Amino acid sequence: MTDDMNFTLSKEGEEKIGTLLKRYPSTRAALLPALWLVQDEAGWISDEAAEYVAAKLDLPAAEVYGTLTFYTMFNRRKLGRHHIEVCTNICCWLKGSEEILTYLKAKLGINEGETTEDGKFTLSTVECLGACGEAPMMMVDLEYYGDLTHDKIDEILKSLN
Amino acid sequence: MEQILTQNFKVLNACRLNAYLGREGYKSLHKLFSQQSSQIIEEVKKSGLRGRGGAGFPTGMKWGFIPKDPGSPVYLCVNADEGEPGTFKDRALLEKDPHRLIEGIIIAAYAIGAREAFVYIRGEFYRPYKILEAAVSEAYANNFLGKNILGRGFDLDIYIHRGAGAYICGEETSLISSIEGKRGYPKIKPPFPAVKGLFGRPTIVNNVETLAALPFIISNGAAAYAAIGTEKSKGSKLISVSGHVARPGVYEIPLGLPLITFINEYAGGIRNGKRLKAVIPGGSSVPVLTSLEAKDVLLDYESLASKGTMLGSGGMIVMDESVDMVKALKVLVDFYHHESCGQCTPCREGSGWLKKIMDRIESGHGRDGDLDLLINVSDNMMGKTICVFADAMAMPVKSFVTKFRKEFEDKIN
Repeated sequence: MTDDMNFTLSKEGEEKIGTLLKRYPSTRAALLPALWLVQDEAGWISDEAAEYVAAKLDLPAAEVYGTLTFYTMFNRRKLGRHHIEVCTNICCWLKGSEEILTYLKAKLGINEGETTEDGKFTLSTVECLGACGEAPMMMVDLEYYGDLTHDKIDEILKSLN
Repeated sequence: MEQILTQNFKVLNACRLNAYLGREGYKSLHKLFSQQSSQIIEEVKKSGLRGRGGAGFPTGMKWGFIPKDPGSPVYLCVNADEGEPGTFKDRALLEKDPHRLIEGIIIAAYAIGAREAFVYIRGEFYRPYKILEAAVSEAYANNFLGKNILGRGFDLDIYIHRGAGAYICGEETSLISSIEGKRGYPKIKPPFPAVKGLFGRPTIVNNVETLAALPFIISNGAAAYAAIGTEKSKGSKLISVSGHVARPGVYEIPLGLPLITFINEYAGGIRNGKRLKAVIPGGSSVPVLTSLEAKDVLLDYESLASKGTMLGSGGMIVMDESVDMVKALKVLVDFYHHESCGQCTPCREGSGWLKKIMDRIESGHGRDGDLDLLINVSDNMMGKTICVFADAMAMPVKSFVTKFRKEFEDKIN
């Protein structure tokens, strides 16, 4: 984490935090949006970044950690350049998500929760993403891909740099 | 039936203001601002509209719980945290007709006296978030939002607040906790949000689909809306259907439509010529129906309740004869165990116990008495926690084990 010592947001990001603080009657309410700003810029939220947000919002660091660790979308570690998240909940399971996950694991040579050696892909499983009509589906970097087949997965992976 | 919620779904660029205006968009506002807020609440009460997020509570009545002299501010929160497995109807509304939602937000805010509305949208809904954000900007630029809307003296600001991955935040008090920057812990009721909600102020939380029904009700009158549906379940409902049907997707139905008619005529029937085995009619949290029970049930609040289940969010999950019900329940139990917020002991511990028992049954290590234990643990979770999450986990467990007991027994023996 040494490269994230003394974390700061860009000037633009800091200005956005300023706007957020005026939006809500309590500074704490700006916490989720502020954490999103950090993650959008840095890709993850380090301890230093969490403490930076605590200072900006004038909150105890413990309260920032308490909130931060409750939400699964906030990354507490560096991920690959692309985050592949496969839905394994009931509707996707009914349509073959287990097989989709097996295919991705074999293709990428990693298990869920792992990152490929070249740092390109991190593979995760997620709960229902609200796209059950296109099951089986996955999300890559917040983009949805449905009606997955092997060919479609190959194509999607190829399109990502 | 006239399409209300889905009328613009097939219109090109309906998410843009110009297209929406061309479809009589924002027409209801002139009528809205010419009436008192109390008249609007009465109109919505008369329409029979009930909350479409899952609980089905009458919307007008909920609004009526705002104290008579609330002082200011009063808040409107929009629940766009759609996360109930099998449910994807709000995403369709957000992406295909966001201005209908904004128009509904203006109506609800006017009725309850809110000048600020917070849309809480789940973090994974990035595309719908961007579409809604663009629609909100268009609405501001054309004075449908902001100060002195259409010169009628009403001010309203909409803020979009992104969630960050927690199923529980769809529960209304948890949603409030989350906007406040806290862990998404539900709060004890009473006090209800209408009295003490966001930042301690009177607050109404309404679902996206509920709000999207309001422009029609105000424009066409409560009677036109109430004419659709049954005597007690009025209006139309979005059903998002997934699983083993030929045409999964989002469909608008008049409440009271027979479930089997819906599956066969809307969703194209069971795919690959297979037979129906089970249906979860209203999102993963409601009790499952066997094919026999599904045969003569209607898609409305009362008919589904008479079969011991619920309309819920309208997230229908259809399972054909090939489905292993033990594995299906294990998938659901894993989900609920993962999503329990951990605040209340019966839910935090109970969800873990249910998972352990299901893990061993599914892996072929089930023990005698495990099925009764599943029921026993479920009974000790239901009604014993701050929010209904524990019930939402217990109901599928109890219904699966009771209705498909033989399959579970075969796995153990």
